[in-house]
Amino acid sequence: MTLALFAEQLLNGIQFGVMLFLMAAGLTLVFGVMGLINLAHGSLFMVGAFACASVAAATGSFWIGLAASLAAAAAAGALVEIVVIRRLYDRDHLDQVLATFALILMFSEGVRWLFGSFPLYLDVPPLLAGPIRLPGGLDYPLYRFAIIVAGLGVAAGLSLLISRTRLGIRIRAGEADREMIAALGVDISKLYTVVFALGAALAGFAGALVGALQSVQVGMGEPVLILAFVVIVIGGIGSIRGALVGSLIVGVADTLGRSMLPVAFGLLMDPASATAVGAALASMLIYVVMAVVLVLRPKGLFPAHG
Amino acid sequence: MARVIPEPALNAVLALALVAIPVWASLSGEVFTVTLATRVAIYALAGVGLNLALGFGGLVSFGHAAFFGLGGYAVGILAHHAQTYAPLAEWPFTIPGTQAMPVTWAVAMAASGIAALGIGALSLRTSGVYFIMITLAFAQMIYYFAISWPAYGGEDGLSIYVRGSFPGLNTLDPLQFFLIAWVLLMLALILSALVRRSRFGLALSAVRQNETRAEAVGIRPFRIRLVAFVISGMITGLAGALFADLARFVSPSMLAWSMSGEIMVFVIIGGVGRLFGPVAGAAIFVVFEHVFGGLTEHWQFLLGLTLLLIVLFARGGVIGLLAGRERHD
Repeated sequence: MTLALFAEQLLNGIQFGVMLFLMAAGLTLVFGVMGLINLAHGSLFMVGAFACASVAAATGSFWIGLAASLAAAAAAGALVEIVVIRRLYDRDHLDQVLATFALILMFSEGVRWLFGSFPLYLDVPPLLAGPIRLPGGLDYPLYRFAIIVAGLGVAAGLSLLISRTRLGIRIRAGEADREMIAALGVDISKLYTVVFALGAALAGFAGALVGALQSVQVGMGEPVLILAFVVIVIGGIGSIRGALVGSLIVGVADTLGRSMLPVAFGLLMDPASATAVGAALASMLIYVVMAVVLVLRPKGLFPAHG
Repeated sequence: MARVIPEPALNAVLALALVAIPVWASLSGEVFTVTLATRVAIYALAGVGLNLALGFGGLVSFGHAAFFGLGGYAVGILAHHAQTYAPLAEWPFTIPGTQAMPVTWAVAMAASGIAALGIGALSLRTSGVYFIMITLAFAQMIYYFAISWPAYGGEDGLSIYVRGSFPGLNTLDPLQFFLIAWVLLMLALILSALVRRSRFGLALSAVRQNETRAEAVGIRPFRIRLVAFVISGMITGLAGALFADLARFVSPSMLAWSMSGEIMVFVIIGGVGRLFGPVAGAAIFVVFEHVFGGLTEHWQFLLGLTLLLIVLFARGGVIGLLAGRERHD
């Protein structure tokens, strides 16, 4: 494997990791502030992708589609929070898992009802089409590079939002002691709706960005959701920084594993079985990473609550 | 207080109805109903397994599809070798494939038990939401492994041409196969009832209710939970083995996360921690799927809505609704 190929796979891994971060950030925020495990987060990812693909197809503009995906996912998130999720904050995790599992069924079937079973396709916007030449002479798809930049930008923005703004102060206060900040006059239920909608918008944004790289179809959210869980387990639940580090670890390990393990096994055995063994082990790699982290640091790399 | 049915009576009615309906259907030539009842029995068995961890032990496992699928794959792989006359292993001695149910069941339970031991040993280092996410992640790992490992069909799965055999019975007869599943379900229920009343079951319950106090009286929570998780996985694995023989097909979909969700749904609709909860839940699920699946292809939307309403407004499941809250005697 050449150095250029390795660099390209590394960037692909970072791009994948950044996309996972957008999912994991919302999940970890919602868990940190409200103590809720939300399986339907993958559905909001799907809603974002479908909104972007259908609006972009109707208007001809990716950018209007992107705006629509943020709006649709945030609106769906706020609606779900007000109608369903809000009743689950005081329930145990089992009830939360079941209710949000029920929401997945409804979202998936609802989207299939509206759009049919055939996948939609979303084109890369002309502005971001083509390659970009990186220092060192490596040509890399501009769109994927833009995802990395956008994702890191969101990470920086999120950390500023939480550390510097009034909303961020309230979010942190809500994590620490929800009764106390309610007593101080903060409308806690409105705060929860805002946090949930924010997480939903991030998921929808991720869905829209990924929509141009893969087909937009029902069920696209859950594999990403489960990877985001792996990210959170590795990073530590409730921690944005942990989500970022965990995402990059998972994204890079998965992408490099898939491209390099078959090659590595090729040194030891014949090509056909090397491909099979390498691919099978690569598919398990991130879970092995998760298991190792669990053994060494059961609360994740950056435990948020002690 | 609403009038309630005593739980043992309700359980007896459920057990007898589950066997009476297919016998009657078989006599009147409704073979499809027998197959539906077999699915109920198998799903219920998977649920009985999960209920041991979830209901009695408070371990919210979202990864039981792993054990269900491994049980299925054990049967599928053994049958594959039996069908192709290719031995499973040649060293240190020749192990041929087999389709004899007692053997395939034992292998299925051993495989899922070993997987449960590994997954449990890692997952039980944590609790709460972590446990849910980790069991889900490990099940997904096995799912992806099954997809990317080409030797046993990969994404396409494995077909079993002839259902496995059981000494003295004709398993190709739907009613006889149903009775096998029913008897195994009853045995698993009896085992559950015995486990719950045993010293071990009381310790498991104590650990669920208050870990610190249980530890203070000398119970080791990790060990108790791990044993419960392994037994739970083995029962669900046995259900997977039966399911493979029922469908005569195994595929990665048996390992998918949605399967874990469905097994959980059987337990919850019926009533968490209630002995016959999974039986009631599986029956309702299969009937629901059959009735609404015939009406609309979007029946899963209705399933989601129903499930949501049950979680939000009708806690305690069907058994809780009919028999009232559990008595602690």
